[in-house]
Amino acid sequence: MRVNITVNGEARQVDDVWPGESLLYVLRERLGLPGSKNACEQGECGSCTVYMDGTPVCACLVAAGQAEGREVRTVEGLASGDTLDRVQQAFVDAGAVQCGFCTPGLVVAAHDLLTRTPQPSDPEIREALAGNLCRCTGYEKILDAVRMAARS
Amino acid sequence: MKSFAYVSARDVPTAVSAIAGSPNAKFLGGGTNLVDLMRGNIEQPDTIVDITRLPLTGVDLLPDGGVRIGALVRNSHLAAHPLIRSRYPVLSQAILLGASAQLRNMATVGGNLLQRTRCLYFYDTAAACNKRAPGSGCDAIGGFNRNHAILGVSDNCLATHPSDMCVALAMLDATVEVESTRGVRRIPMNEFHVLPGDTPHVETSLAADELVTAVELPSVAVAANSRYRKVRDRASYAFALVSVAAALEVTGTTVTQVRLALGGVSAKPWRATKAEEVLLGAPATEESFRQAAAAELAAATARPGNEFKIGLAERTIVAVLRELVTKGDAA
Ligand SMILES: Cc1cc2nc3c(=O)[nH]c(=O)nc-3n(C[C@H](O)[C@H](O)[C@H](O)COP(=O)(O)OP(=O)(O)OC[C@H]3O[C@@H](n4cnc5c(N)ncnc54)[C@H](O)[C@@H]3O)c2cc1C
Ligand code: SF4
Ligand code: FES
Ligand code: FES
Repeated sequence: MRVNITVNGEARQVDDVWPGESLLYVLRERLGLPGSKNACEQGECGSCTVYMDGTPVCACLVAAGQAEGREVRTVEGLASGDTLDRVQQAFVDAGAVQCGFCTPGLVVAAHDLLTRTPQPSDPEIREALAGNLCRCTGYEKILDAVRMAARS
Repeated sequence: MKSFAYVSARDVPTAVSAIAGSPNAKFLGGGTNLVDLMRGNIEQPDTIVDITRLPLTGVDLLPDGGVRIGALVRNSHLAAHPLIRSRYPVLSQAILLGASAQLRNMATVGGNLLQRTRCLYFYDTAAACNKRAPGSGCDAIGGFNRNHAILGVSDNCLATHPSDMCVALAMLDATVEVESTRGVRRIPMNEFHVLPGDTPHVETSLAADELVTAVELPSVAVAANSRYRKVRDRASYAFALVSVAAALEVTGTTVTQVRLALGGVSAKPWRATKAEEVLLGAPATEESFRQAAAAELAAATARPGNEFKIGLAERTIVAVLRELVTKGDAA
């Protein structure tokens, strides 16, 4: 089947999509956007988080057909040109990245949090990022990054 | 995942006629449960009717003071809605204590009602499971059953219904509106999910070709003093071991209105009518709360793995009622 999606502001047409493919697969394997990661494929880890029509979702559980006509924004769409988004910059500055697998999902989730709640409390940050698992950092540096981004 | 045909429906008549006469077709809501189950080959529909574009996305005040919620309203939208937050705080709290932000953004009201159990053996196609493969047995009975049910269980299945939202809906006496090519029907929430008995693969009173179109909440004044408490293995992002939805009105020192429902303990959201009977007209004291909780849990049947849930449920009921007394005083 054919799926039309606006990805990071650009209208894309994808042909020969199998209905069982996920939005995550379409983004990574058909549109060359490997930022969103495929880790659990069960909605549990948040590594695949992208914006769909302005709200963060787990792209691994979105069937390709459900994305038809929708606006998707991935981690690749956050920076403006060579300038990183403040959340991305804060992750770099705070050292919140180790293996990096969870990072794109966390960056999108944190970006959404700061859009809705510019000055989140620590419990608010923890709750907003509860759906994003990281097996490396122990989360402290990630919290630092979000606090830093909120200040910048 | 098995191959399937994909149909996207733009209106209700198209959706219900697409599913009529195809016993192996399934509606696709947010997909957060169905896509996962299809990927694991636990569900193998031959046709998917995508209903995410149906115009069932309203949250509207009814003339009698109740609220009508469209079946395609996203969980996050419902939890944040001013009508729900002010009139039914218990529902808002229950939704926000479930899953993660990303999942709530995608999950729909209809899909949440019909989500399947989280029993590990149900997910493991190598295990015996009467729900997934009727007649194959139940590996949970002699196996890992810490998360399993203690009320309304049968010798064929101990699974729980994992929804938080549904516990609040049961407490509020919601009605589920469903539609098929045969017409429209209204099912009281407390009759929507059914106990396992000899047919644990039958989980609801919904026919395979019926679409959930809406959930209606009656006007419930006492719901303004309501609360949802969820006890789980970690502070966030885990299914309930036990949960309690409660609403309470105390006049003087006497309980004049009470509603109570339990989650994590049964194949359906469990309306605690026995506890309600004990409480109504009783003094609003720890002693009554304990008696009420014990009366409800008297019928519990546990296995060594989930025996702890009986005491946990009793203590959680008492704690929530105690909190509502204090909160009601302050209000
Ligand atoms: C990692 C993870 C953690 C979770 N944690 C929790 C939790 O703590 N608490 C909790 O309550 N839930 C939790 N959930 C479950 C989540 O709430 C459900 O997956 C979600 O509510 C299902 O809604 P959906 O719209 O995505 O359903 P779908 O996946 O689209 O559908 C589920 C079922 O409902 C049927 N269906 C959907 N809509 C309709 C309709 N309108 N009419 C008839 N049939 C319909 C489908 O055919 C399918 O059988 C969790 C899920 C995941 C993946
Ligand atoms: S408890 Fe129910 S769902 Fe779990 S293995 Fe037994 S029959 Fe299957
Ligand atoms: S890959 Fe989607 S949530 Fe883990
Ligand atoms: S940095 Fe490795 S999973 Fe988070």
